[in-house]
Amino acid sequence: MSVPFYVAPEQLVRDKAEFARKGIARGRSIVAIEFDSGILLLAENVSRALQKISEVYDRIAFAGVGRYNEFETLRKAGIRQADLMGYLYSRVDVTAMGLATGFSQTLGQIFSHEPKPFEVEVLICEVDSDSDGNRLFKITYDGTLYDQRGVAAIGGKGETLEQALRAGYREDMTLEDAIELGVSAFRESEGRESEGWEAAVLDRENGRRAFRRIQVGEAAP
Amino acid sequence: MSGPFGQTLPIGAPLPGSSFTDLLQSVGAAPRWEVSDSAATSLSIPEGTTVLAIRFADGVVMAGDRRATEGHLVAHRYIQKVFAADGHSAVAIAGTAGIAVEMVRLFQVELEHYEKIEGTVLSLEGKANFLARLVRNQLPMAFQGLVVVPLFAGYDLHERRGRLFTYDVVGGRYEEHDFGATGSGSRLAKSYLRTVFRPDLTADEAVGQAVSALVAAADDDTATGGPDLIRGILPNVMVIDGEGVREADEEAVAGTARTALEARR
Repeated sequence: MSVPFYVAPEQLVRDKAEFARKGIARGRSIVAIEFDSGILLLAENVSRALQKISEVYDRIAFAGVGRYNEFETLRKAGIRQADLMGYLYSRVDVTAMGLATGFSQTLGQIFSHEPKPFEVEVLICEVDSDSDGNRLFKITYDGTLYDQRGVAAIGGKGETLEQALRAGYREDMTLEDAIELGVSAFRESEGRESEGWEAAVLDRENGRRAFRRIQVGEAAP
Repeated sequence: MSGPFGQTLPIGAPLPGSSFTDLLQSVGAAPRWEVSDSAATSLSIPEGTTVLAIRFADGVVMAGDRRATEGHLVAHRYIQKVFAADGHSAVAIAGTAGIAVEMVRLFQVELEHYEKIEGTVLSLEGKANFLARLVRNQLPMAFQGLVVVPLFAGYDLHERRGRLFTYDVVGGRYEEHDFGATGSGSRLAKSYLRTVFRPDLTADEAVGQAVSALVAAADDDTATGGPDLIRGILPNVMVIDGEGVREADEEAVAGTARTALEARR
């Protein structure tokens, strides 16, 4: 039996992190922006069939970047968790906080225990009856959980996108303004026009199921 | 919030595809009970009574009375037996109320779960077949006398018309052309509907006839609770058409209930 070479834990974690970051950087980014009656999720996506944004529960949405099969696995796990909790207890007991913790634990465990980490970043958003209760959680490949306010961005260009969003963000902007901000942030950070949009809103005016897909071309001013 | 898997999310191989019912089973959260040899007839368990559905030109109307009985007693006066199942369908229940209401809750979660996981809505036929499976799962309980018989109606987005399905105890699924009913007063309700059904009814007319059929059933079936205008108890009525499922206007339901009762003066 051959003895494996010793690799320092720091080195191992650094290698895994670098590997995951490279994978994520290849994909296109997604932003989330709060507006007066909800939260906008905007992704650059050329495919009409493969979606990155999804409904998870009444007031909760999911968005994922990176390797499709991996964030799709996470998306389904989130929906399963939410539907199970809502059915076993009550619909109001399903919260973004609880789900985000679940994603964080799952990704953290995969990062430290599996030979290959997930090359994904995910966003979990929840709209509440007033903006103070809105939640934007960003979870990275290693399970780190970020609690964001106002705007959030994931993906290879996440950091520059978030800077661009922060620069133009105001509280209580309209959906049209939020879309305009998102589109211009993408233009600024990518240095080109988008080839296609996938967009959805969590709008508290929509009734029990707040999630709606929207067409950016039509909704934009 | 930690789920059935502890702190991490339900992820991994033993999990089923897109069915929530299978998911419940796989995490051990579905009820599993030993069925006893004696029938459950000695238990006093609330029973739901009459529900019905009638097609009209652009869709289907579904209605149910509000009474649940325990033997000869009224167990509940305000029970709800007609529910929206999803955006374009509704389900009504008759039989052992406790099991039936839970079946509806499971059915509603199942439809939404499928929609979210698959990113597309089940066909009306698919929803009807799935409900048949839920009824069939109850078969051992049915032999104990705990019977649940639903009624399912919806708007078929492919065929662009309203359709309705009746079921039997063993999970048999039957598509009805014009109208259907289940529960203790169902024969009386069907006799009434047979005399008034026309394929070109409007939604308002169909709501009126559905309420009148419940009044007719309540006339001769003691287990069916007719509209009670003194207490303000009105039937649950749902209208399902191309625009989706919605509750019928309460004023209109009260109006037709009053007219149907007045006719008996």
